[in-house]
Amino acid sequence: MVKEYGPVMALNGVDFEACPGQVTAIVGDNGAGKSTLIKIIAGSVRADSGDFELGGVPVKLGTPHAAAALGIATVYQDLALCENLDVVSNLFLGRESLAKPLIGPLRRLKEPEMYRAAAETLESLSVTLPSLRTPVAGLSGGQRQAVAVSRAVLWGSRLILMDEPTAALAVGPTAQVLALIRRLAERGLAVVVVSHSLPEVFSVAERIYVLRLGSNAGVFERSTTKPQDVVAAITGGNALMEGMIG
Amino acid sequence: MTLSSVGSDAPERTRGEPWMRVKRLALLRPRLGAEAGPVPVVIGLIVIWGYFESQNANFLTARNLSNLVLQMAVTAILAMGVVMVMVAGEIDLSLGSVTGASACLLGVLLTLDHWSVAPAIAVTLGFGILIGSVQGAITALVGVPSFIVTLGGFLAIGGVQLALAGSAGEIAINDGTVLAVANDYLSSAVAWGVVGAVIVALAGVEMARRRSWSRGSPGAQPWWPGLLRVVVSAAVLVVATLVLNSYFGVPYLLVGLVGLAIGLGWITRRTGFGRHLYAVGGNAEAARRAGISVTGIKIAVLAASGLLAAVAGIVSASRLYSVDAGTGGGTLLLEAIAAAVIGGTSLFGGRGRIYNALLGALVIDSVENGLDLLGESASTKNIATGIILVLAVCLDALNRRRRSRAGGR
Repeated sequence: MVKEYGPVMALNGVDFEACPGQVTAIVGDNGAGKSTLIKIIAGSVRADSGDFELGGVPVKLGTPHAAAALGIATVYQDLALCENLDVVSNLFLGRESLAKPLIGPLRRLKEPEMYRAAAETLESLSVTLPSLRTPVAGLSGGQRQAVAVSRAVLWGSRLILMDEPTAALAVGPTAQVLALIRRLAERGLAVVVVSHSLPEVFSVAERIYVLRLGSNAGVFERSTTKPQDVVAAITGGNALMEGMIG
Repeated sequence: MTLSSVGSDAPERTRGEPWMRVKRLALLRPRLGAEAGPVPVVIGLIVIWGYFESQNANFLTARNLSNLVLQMAVTAILAMGVVMVMVAGEIDLSLGSVTGASACLLGVLLTLDHWSVAPAIAVTLGFGILIGSVQGAITALVGVPSFIVTLGGFLAIGGVQLALAGSAGEIAINDGTVLAVANDYLSSAVAWGVVGAVIVALAGVEMARRRSWSRGSPGAQPWWPGLLRVVVSAAVLVVATLVLNSYFGVPYLLVGLVGLAIGLGWITRRTGFGRHLYAVGGNAEAARRAGISVTGIKIAVLAASGLLAAVAGIVSASRLYSVDAGTGGGTLLLEAIAAAVIGGTSLFGGRGRIYNALLGALVIDSVENGLDLLGESASTKNIATGIILVLAVCLDALNRRRRSRAGGR
């Protein structure tokens, strides 16, 4: 899979690839363009120029619908959950199963079907929640994160994007989410993770992209890389790095 | 006083001895239910009815309750519109003006231009939808807050109403069909037939829902909430019909009102559109990223409230036998918003139920009706309504704060 971008306001000619069955990490300083890159692939922001390929076929991205149709799902940093709705409603947000008889949006919700599919997905990911009918407002941070990840798993058949999936989590839930990310890759999905935490990135990702000021600043394979090299690429100077270590 | 001086005033402590100690700390967490539901409003209603009955024994008579139903209809129809708009996180301040302008338009078409009733009503309803859609489009596409757009609509449509009514002053409504809307009653036999049919239909729907759940056993709800819903609805319908039949009968208007509430309740709670409505009100950005057309929902919801205002206009015209520049004016809009809010609708979007708007309107109009019966002046009525509104919202806010404190971590 190849994705390329021409100049965007926040991104300046970034190249990026993600492979099925692998976790690819994107790291970089604040304002490096990580979240923008994710949002463009997710379709919630439109790139000014650039080409996308999925499985060797050129595709068009730019709307949430286009991304969804291609099997791309996203876990946003703010989770993008509706706190007033229950877990099932959030998992099926915008993709509700509707019964046939009436036309258009006034069709009846098929609630049992959605409930069953939601329960199955959560179980397959070993996510346990007090009740699927609880409004999300009543869940803890880790549980909300799990709901957001499960939603992506439910809909992302090929590529799952995660923007800072562990930023708001305590140690326990963080480990759970990282394990979840590994399991997704093992299922053959391409997983892309944006993170600030290098230890996390090294524990979960096969390949690490560094962005700096809206441009590529290096690609590293975990097996052949030391964390210091990545830090150097993030901060933008080996000299600085040597000073810090020395 | 400096920090060190504080330290020197404090009693001496031995190093290593705990200075602050917490033992067996506990915080009881009330169970997070979905919503408080209609119970607080019903309790409030019972208190209000009890008070007025104790002051004037005419309050709970069949005749007065029949009047109350007719009185609350316009407020209740508008309150349902308010609930839908507020659930989507918007507001519609033009409801009163659209009600008045629709009523005047109907009067002009029927009485001055001698249209037949069906096209006149169709054009009136179309007028409401048009005004609502335009306001919705400006709100959603241009991004002007609906508060401002509908404030402009309130003034502009009020002007349209003046223009429509102006040339003739007061326009009498003589059409039999329109007058029947708010002034005719079902015969006793028909009323019982309708009540029976509605109860059977409700039970059928609950049983069908239960069957569809039990096919896939996970998540099936216990049997009693469904049964409770049917029993309570049936009891309310039977008692109301008994009482109303001992006077003139069940008003057409009540049948229409309940039908509207059931229809809108179904749309908001059981359809894809309804789910998206709550999603947009709960978190518009999340809804947008999930591929929901936030623009479409906002336009649709303001168009729906315009349509409901036109319906309310037709009902007003029917009830008062005439229309003029004052129809739909006064405190009507604010009472409709108050009814929605008393029913538990959140001003910030994402929370509210159609049925509760009906209850809220019943509260507001019970107070009005009761104070009328006691011979109180308009000033007392306004003060009482205002206090009840603020009281209801305070109770709701306190209740919610307690819940969210217990739920948040």
